[in-house]
Amino acid sequence: MALLKKLYGNERLRLLVLALPFVVFVFMFAYVPLAGWITTLYHYRPGVPLSRSPFVGLDNFRLITTFYRTQVLGVLRNTLIFAVLGLLSSPIPMFFAIFLNELGSIKFKRFVQTVTTLPNFISWVIIFSLAFALFREAGPVNDALLSLGIVESPTMLLGNANAVYIFHTMMGWWRHTGWGAIIYIAAIAGIDSELYDAASVDGAGRWGRIRHITIPGLMPTYLVLLLLSIGNLLSVGFEQQLVFMNSMVITRLDIIDTFVFRVGLQNHDFSFATVVGMLRTLISILLLFTANAVVKRVRGHGLI
Amino acid sequence: MKHKANANSKIFTVANYGFFILAMFACIYPFWYIFVFSLSDPMQAIRGVYFLPRGFTLQNYLDVFTRPGILQAAGVSVLRTVTGTTLTVLACSFFAYLCTKQKMYFRKFVYRFTVVTMYFNAGLIPWFLTMRAYGLNNNFLVYILPSAIGAFNVILIKTFIEQLPASLEEAAHIDGAGVFTVFFKIIMPLSTPILATIAVFSAVHHWNSWFDNLIFMVGRPELNTLQLMLWNILNQAALQATRITELAQAEQLARQQSPVTIRMTATMIVTFPILFVYPFAQRYFVKGIMIGAIKG
Repeated sequence: MALLKKLYGNERLRLLVLALPFVVFVFMFAYVPLAGWITTLYHYRPGVPLSRSPFVGLDNFRLITTFYRTQVLGVLRNTLIFAVLGLLSSPIPMFFAIFLNELGSIKFKRFVQTVTTLPNFISWVIIFSLAFALFREAGPVNDALLSLGIVESPTMLLGNANAVYIFHTMMGWWRHTGWGAIIYIAAIAGIDSELYDAASVDGAGRWGRIRHITIPGLMPTYLVLLLLSIGNLLSVGFEQQLVFMNSMVITRLDIIDTFVFRVGLQNHDFSFATVVGMLRTLISILLLFTANAVVKRVRGHGLI
Repeated sequence: MKHKANANSKIFTVANYGFFILAMFACIYPFWYIFVFSLSDPMQAIRGVYFLPRGFTLQNYLDVFTRPGILQAAGVSVLRTVTGTTLTVLACSFFAYLCTKQKMYFRKFVYRFTVVTMYFNAGLIPWFLTMRAYGLNNNFLVYILPSAIGAFNVILIKTFIEQLPASLEEAAHIDGAGVFTVFFKIIMPLSTPILATIAVFSAVHHWNSWFDNLIFMVGRPELNTLQLMLWNILNQAALQATRITELAQAEQLARQQSPVTIRMTATMIVTFPILFVYPFAQRYFVKGIMIGAIKG
């Protein structure tokens, strides 16, 4: 009893005891699942304990180049294409902010910002419904295209494999641009206004000021965000692809994450799905460390 | 020369305003379109709805609200959003407060142990199996427990608390206030800006979530959320819609069209809460990304 009292009197220990439930919680939800990686070495079936599952060594890893070879190649290709298109799209929010800044009326600026940020807060299920409504055969987009004579028969955008990459990238623009611009708008506000005055005195017009002051002023922000995104290079969506998936577009729309979902939770090949998920995590960590090392070089201090 | 520059400048201004008006149209019109469609009579809507409802009716809303399970799903969604947000804000803020306490044993380790979880995840399957092993399958708690402590939230709140004046806390300690008293009476009220931001983000997350519902609630459809309900309606209607292409006769088309109205009405019902809360919550969104960016 006396010991307990003494322990309780120790503030440093008391604080640790208070924090302990949280630490256990973090351990349970973030670390314990890592133990599931062990199933990659077994022929694991749901419901059968690991002790009674056959140990298969690296057989599950070999499936990448054997049984699942074609699918894995397709999924990797799609993921990389989405990743590259995402990187190419990365300057869009910056330019959006630059041109937004050129609008005269502050009220209008705010209004544009409010409206264009909205899509970021809508779930992919709802976005799918919106896209279906607009682009379905009898929808308003087809009506407009038909009546303007641009197409002769209704387009089937959501079932068109050739349109997948560009359509999904553009939906990313729709959802993300307004939101992504916020940080650049703040960065523009932080640029010294004397620089603009000096440039004007030197005869720089609107374009000159954008080119020689605004863009260079935003470059550090842009580069840091770009490097940060490299750690997330393989996170090219998931819910987005999942909701738009159908048999006509699956060869183009299937990415690593949807592949893991399908193989694991729909086809119940738990072990192989875990192999793919594990490799994805390991590659992402590698990319993150690389990006961090680069940032350290450039800025002097890293991101993590 | 000067004249030409002025003309160019005017053209630029007009083009710029035009561009942003188009951008806003692209963001708003999809919602407006399904809104007017949901208010249209399905038989008349078939002739095309663009900017105004055709044959104004509220019947579609009645039809959707009387579908079995919709009101229950709305209840589950609200319950999930309220309890999930409360849990996240309380857990993250109290934990973050503890992490600011220099006196705590192993403070650095505790903090880093949490922060690094931002940079890895075990993957879908191990996560799924672990949650099942915890008995969270077919359990309401699976909605709110996994997202209760987010490393990023803890970082944001900790950073915020650390820049509060330390003297307030010291004064309270001298008056004999314990950790909990200081936290609830001093730290929490002073941290409202950051807590409100996190609450708004967490609420949006909970309202929009559906994937955990999809994989964990197979055996308990009564715990389905509105988002999953909408997802199911969309999938049923998608099947119907593919059949429309095979049917040429207008009358049959009209009868087949009603699922489209139903799905748009259901979409609208799930979207309304976000649309209503959004204008008020917007400043917190902006604040949130700024704080996050400064930290990054």
